[in-house]
Amino acid sequence: MADARIDAAAAAASTPQMSRGEVLLRGQGLTRRWGGLVAVNEVSLEIERGTVHAVIGTNGAGKSTLINLLSGEVPPSAGRVELLGQDVTDWTQPRRARAGLGRSYQRNTIYPSFSVFENCRLAAQASHQKPWQWWRSAQRCEVSRNAALKAARRAGLDDLLEREAGLLSHGQKRQLEIAMCLATAPQVLLLDEPLAGMGAEETDRMLALLDELKDGHAILLVEHDMDAVFRIADRITVMVNGSVIACDTPEAVRKSPDVQRAYLGTH
Amino acid sequence: MDLATFLIQCLNSLQYGLLLFLVASGLTLIFGIMGVINLAHGSFYMIGAYMAFALAPVVGSTFGGGFFTTLAVGTVLAVALGYVLEWVFYSYLYEREHLQQVLMTYGLILVFEELRSLIVGDDVHGVKPPELLSGTIPLGELMTYPVYRLFISAVCLLLAGGMWFVFTRTRLGMMIRAGSTNREMVQSLGIDIKFLYRVVFAAGVAIAVFAGMVAAPVSSVYPGMGGQVLIICFVVVVIGGIGSIRGALVAALLIGFIDTFGKVLLPQAAGVLVYVMMALILLWKPDGLFKAG
Amino acid sequence: MGTTTDRGKLAFVIACLALLAAYPLVGGKFGVDLVTKIMIYAIFALSLELLVGGTGLVCFGHSAFFGIGAYAAVLLSPQGASPSLLWILPACVVAAGVYAAFVGALSLRTKGVYFIMVTLAFAQMAYYVAHDTPLGGGTDGIYLYTKPVLGPLDLDSAGGIYGFTLACLAAVFGALAVLSRSRFGRALAGIRVNEQRMRATGFSTYPYKLAAFVVSGAIAGLAGFLFAVKDGFVNPELMSWHLSGAVLIMIILGGIGHLRGALIGAFAFSLLQEFFKSEAIFGAFAKHWTLGLGLAIIASVALLPRGLVGVPAQVRGRLTGRRGSAGSGGSHG
Repeated sequence: MADARIDAAAAAASTPQMSRGEVLLRGQGLTRRWGGLVAVNEVSLEIERGTVHAVIGTNGAGKSTLINLLSGEVPPSAGRVELLGQDVTDWTQPRRARAGLGRSYQRNTIYPSFSVFENCRLAAQASHQKPWQWWRSAQRCEVSRNAALKAARRAGLDDLLEREAGLLSHGQKRQLEIAMCLATAPQVLLLDEPLAGMGAEETDRMLALLDELKDGHAILLVEHDMDAVFRIADRITVMVNGSVIACDTPEAVRKSPDVQRAYLGTH
Repeated sequence: MDLATFLIQCLNSLQYGLLLFLVASGLTLIFGIMGVINLAHGSFYMIGAYMAFALAPVVGSTFGGGFFTTLAVGTVLAVALGYVLEWVFYSYLYEREHLQQVLMTYGLILVFEELRSLIVGDDVHGVKPPELLSGTIPLGELMTYPVYRLFISAVCLLLAGGMWFVFTRTRLGMMIRAGSTNREMVQSLGIDIKFLYRVVFAAGVAIAVFAGMVAAPVSSVYPGMGGQVLIICFVVVVIGGIGSIRGALVAALLIGFIDTFGKVLLPQAAGVLVYVMMALILLWKPDGLFKAG
Repeated sequence: MGTTTDRGKLAFVIACLALLAAYPLVGGKFGVDLVTKIMIYAIFALSLELLVGGTGLVCFGHSAFFGIGAYAAVLLSPQGASPSLLWILPACVVAAGVYAAFVGALSLRTKGVYFIMVTLAFAQMAYYVAHDTPLGGGTDGIYLYTKPVLGPLDLDSAGGIYGFTLACLAAVFGALAVLSRSRFGRALAGIRVNEQRMRATGFSTYPYKLAAFVVSGAIAGLAGFLFAVKDGFVNPELMSWHLSGAVLIMIILGGIGHLRGALIGAFAFSLLQEFFKSEAIFGAFAKHWTLGLGLAIIASVALLPRGLVGVPAQVRGRLTGRRGSAGSGGSHG
């Protein structure tokens, strides 16, 4: 099943009419209030297949809450979320994940005591669960094994498959975080600060990976590293205090006086 | 049930509920501030009750004092016990997983029970309320109500009010609240967090011991009382919502009423009623009645 | 490097089972009775290990399921004829499983300390039903007058119940070992390590946890059933929270995260108990055996956080000057 999805995504990407422009994830008027505090205020955005859409903003701007609203971890106080054309506002996070929404976290959520391969395999198992077959060894599940290998390879972890995940370098752990995201062959990727704590070389590698992944996926990227964002993003949304103050191409955002005043000027 | 009986049971419910609230707040305090789940909290209650019984003659012959002197001496001893215990044992539990805390404090329960058995024995005892408070007040035409039970309710309310005041209006309370959410920051402000935790723990122990001492004249003193009160305290926290003091008060009073009236109206089901109520509340509100805060 | 291989684990377990099979040839009446009891506790401990070590759910109310299995054995037995094992054993297991489904449905929405408290409270609920209502027969307990039969198997004889319990132990151990390697078992392991990541990947974790809870409760019910058949007597203490505490200690003493830890822990704890109760060693002080036990519990949790299972690795590490690496997480043996 996961195999078929990876192939379908690749096929879709290679068809010119379908590849660009198709909106895979849409948030409309998303609002989240905690008591008196408004963390996210009427935020709308769209993420198209084949693009990287970055969300930037100062600390406390609401970026993490926005990602949580889109992924389903936090229910919105108002607004809608649409995934692949379907209204998923009431869907739980696992359900959205199974429908093609992948997510990586700012803090590593890998399984440190398992091997790199097992990390990917367990993630891939989500598309092929079959829990009632309690006598069948999970290691023999061809579907999840193949999907795991594909994902690990794509993330550049082929030669580290047997290594215990907790012993990886920080950059490798972030790669594994992406690999686990890819293991279920999602169509939309929500990446929360994938470059966090990375050095220059590791950043280059990760950006190359993300560039490769554009093909066939819609990527939402929350990042603090401005150079990286401007290198890779097709569109940038700027948030301040929970609201969107700009949503445009990187050049336009760079030139926008509002943005410069609110954010880049103080950078 | 006539009005006078109903009133009596209401007052009993109030008294039991307030006592439970006092003990439960000691438990929540230690858990909320230091993150330690302390199963031995019930044992401190038991120690308080047995102290009320065992200390009375000692205090009588040494100081010539009565009940109130025993209360004072007992509380001082409890603070000392709490201080030493935190230093020697509980401070090692802060960084540990909950499972380890549960088991180590469970081991402590066994130790306390046996030490009590060795020192005072396993008999059930009654404790007399002090002369001053052993009277009754009339309730309606035929019934009367023991003054001592009213005293318990009053003392619990006073202590609860005192705790609220310390927490919200004093510097110490502010430091404690800050220490629970941000250890490092408090330490960097020059406040000795270790000492703070020790004080909080000693206070929690003293509250439980005091509650046991004060309750002894009405609940009698018997070996299993620690475990019983502990589990009921857990139910208070579960129903009230973990971290919520308001919830603990509401839950404790609710349990007080259900348990008291249950024993009168449905004696066979009385023990189970509280848990049935807990199950129903969890069905309706899986996180308890109130959220933390 | 410092880990036990799968083959090593299997060899160890087979050796244990073989020793247990051979024991009645040398053990006296008291010994056989004691070891039967310990094996029943081992089954009980294995059921809890599935929950605590396998899924990360610390349940402090497991004695309820044990007690329900035991009480069901007595209450469902007809007065006159001996019931067939074929229906009464599953019935008791299902009874325990049903209560586990009820408790699980209400408590699994909670986490951490909260979960510990709720499970304890629900066990007390069962305890009070047994203790106070006529259903439970009160503090005196109830006797089992007719023991179940299955063909030539005589569960009334010490040898019969010993052999049957050993067979159940082997079956439960084998089944849980297979389960832990299955997709279901791996999902539970993932939930234990990082439930949030499992959800983000697409696993609806609640049904998995509930299923684990019910299976765990059912196996505890099996242990309770065996206990009732062995002793021919049940009382509310089988649901006491002290038993819930004891079985938690067994698995932490043996080593959480390892099935053989439950086996080792059950033996270690029971033998420790017998040691402290022994008048030959402690004389008159033996009646205060819970003091020694309490201190031993504190010491073992403090000094052996990885349990007895972790001792060979610790020793090996000391001898070779290297640290034993943590398990590869591939299996749970």
